[in-house]
Amino acid sequence: MAVKEYLRERFFPHMWCPGCGHGTVLNSLLRAIEELGLDKNDIVMTSGIGCSARISGYVDFHSLHTIHGRALAFATGVKLSKPDLKLLVPMGDGDALAIGGNHFIHAARRNIDITAIIMNNRIYGMTGGQFSPLSGPGKKATTAPYLTIDNAFDTVELAKAAGATFVARSTTYHAKECTELLKQAISHKGFSVVEILSQCPTHYGRKNKEGDAVQMMEGYKNNTAKLGSKALEDKPSLIARGIFVDVERPEYCQEYDKIIARAMKEEV
Amino acid sequence: MAKKKLRELAINRDWCKGCGICVSFCPKKVLELDSMEKAIAARPEECICCSLCELRCPDLAIEVRTEEGDDHDE
Amino acid sequence: MTSKSKKEIKFIQGNEACVEGALYAGVEFFAGYPITPSTEIAELLAGRLPEQGGKFIQMEDEIASMCAIVGASLTGRKVMTATSGPGFSLKQEAIGYACMAEIPCVIANVQRGGPSTGNPTHVGQGDINQARWGTHGDHNIIALTASNHQDVFSITVDAFNMAETYRTPVILLFDEAVGHLREKLVIPEAGELPIVDRLRTSVPKGVDYYPYLPREDGRLPMSDFGGHHRYNVTGLFHDMWGFPSNNPKVVNELLRHLVDKIDNNIQAITRYKEHCMEGAEYILISYGSSARSAIHLAQNRRAKGEKIGVLELQSIWPFPAQMVREKCRGAKAVLVVEMNMGQVMAQVKAAVDEPGRVFLANRIDGKLVTPSDIKQLLRVIQGRGV
Repeated sequence: MAVKEYLRERFFPHMWCPGCGHGTVLNSLLRAIEELGLDKNDIVMTSGIGCSARISGYVDFHSLHTIHGRALAFATGVKLSKPDLKLLVPMGDGDALAIGGNHFIHAARRNIDITAIIMNNRIYGMTGGQFSPLSGPGKKATTAPYLTIDNAFDTVELAKAAGATFVARSTTYHAKECTELLKQAISHKGFSVVEILSQCPTHYGRKNKEGDAVQMMEGYKNNTAKLGSKALEDKPSLIARGIFVDVERPEYCQEYDKIIARAMKEEV
Repeated sequence: MAKKKLRELAINRDWCKGCGICVSFCPKKVLELDSMEKAIAARPEECICCSLCELRCPDLAIEVRTEEGDDHDE
Repeated sequence: MTSKSKKEIKFIQGNEACVEGALYAGVEFFAGYPITPSTEIAELLAGRLPEQGGKFIQMEDEIASMCAIVGASLTGRKVMTATSGPGFSLKQEAIGYACMAEIPCVIANVQRGGPSTGNPTHVGQGDINQARWGTHGDHNIIALTASNHQDVFSITVDAFNMAETYRTPVILLFDEAVGHLREKLVIPEAGELPIVDRLRTSVPKGVDYYPYLPREDGRLPMSDFGGHHRYNVTGLFHDMWGFPSNNPKVVNELLRHLVDKIDNNIQAITRYKEHCMEGAEYILISYGSSARSAIHLAQNRRAKGEKIGVLELQSIWPFPAQMVREKCRGAKAVLVVEMNMGQVMAQVKAAVDEPGRVFLANRIDGKLVTPSDIKQLLRVIQGRGV
């Protein structure tokens, strides 16, 4: 498998549970990188804390495993300092949108050329199954023994409102689609957000009787529909998949380069 | 697109965690979990080389190797 | 990033002297957030950095600023942020990350009255212990300070040099009085002050590079992100490749390394100045703007024959206990002059042979501690009443 070129094989088998969707995200992501023909030395993967964040240890890129919620802030420093680098920032739903929420909306607002991959399994898995801002109401979690009352974000709407210029969503069932969307997201010059609905059969699935990995992926197959499809038209309550935003706007590092050019001219 | 012929379904038993995703979603029911709960190609002759097992495997443990030599789909 | 090639004289604020020092040292990246009384550092660098091809970014908060400079440091640049009390509190987790991952960076904390929102536009020196222990876990840190602009400049250069030499965050503990008062600064010519550059690995492409394997001299060569060595950086305990490990041997060795690399070099790190110390019977230990009052009093009294000396600390952490013990030996009394409730005094007491002779001449109302304040306490100690 050519994608194995991009792995740090000595750490396999990885630490994720059997059937964890994050492994499939890794799979889809590596295929996207391979199909784009990117050079390993040009890629910096920055992650936060959680099961999702462990992805950075398994890839043979420059990997920066940071602190909970702050991956985008570290990535901003790396990218602004060396704009030629490709910044990939996989994050869990809690990492990106709870503690990391502020950095998420500002990175989007800046339209800095970073690809944020939200590995959304609607739970805090590594700490044993607490609910997240993406769990939604009526769910069981260790910190919601009487079920959650918290509403969930719509990641796509949030990214859109914050100014992200490429926003997409898919699921681990739709692995090929994920690869395609990730390719476009990575190639897009600006802040890209790809939300991939993933599964945590161990905590979320078990506690909420959504079954094992297979059943949860079946759920993604049945409860989602492509944007613009008849299925979505017939049943708008299905979760939409596809590309929601794909626009060009000035990218942050490029705009800053203009400032440097101006400042250097005016100083002399 | 020319029809692909399967050379082998290479399954890494060290990496496979027996989650059953490849088994359940194979359109031709080629795969099964053996007594050690590892995936095996029970009916390789049925394989149409769609590679969905390879794309979806969370452990990157299965590889569809075709006669044509390209190790992945498309 | 070279400094100008002829001596320049400026009449500026201490914050600006810090900026000049940073530029002289080769700073190329600043991320920060406005907070009184440090904002001028950000404002000045917002203009100066792009003029030299460097990068400035105002991040969404203090935490993001600290994270951003760590990220930028890994691409091979000298980096800095600036803040005050509340922002310094916010940055602690990320500072700890820089300690654990051994990433060179400089954090300027222009102290103001605290705790909490405190006294934003007034001087304080209450963040001494926080600079040492603000982040969780055992770790070590370097914290430097200065009382006048010429020293603010050179100590800032020292901070960048030490950050590179020891692969550590270095904290500049300035204060609002020094930060905002205006004074003359003579900017040295290029080459006058030594600059320590980023030590990069000489391991060639294709050969394994270990980011956390020290050389014989103890230094840890780095490799820029984007270069041909790909490795991992994490805040977890890690092996020499940078990959997480909770193996007891690995954890033990790494933690000891993090602490020892600074403790073992305390002589090289220690910075201080002596004023009127010859034959001093009473010693004033002070730092930052407090030291200005101490020095004024000592010089005044020395002219009248009284033997009062000032030991001005310019490095607070690691605390130069041995040096303080030696300098204070035989003194009738040691007065620690500071604007907090005795944070450095506690260190002095632990260091000297006779802790019973250590006193605190402090002020915590937002006003600069004055020579009169010190004189008053000295009179009481001398048994002469108020």
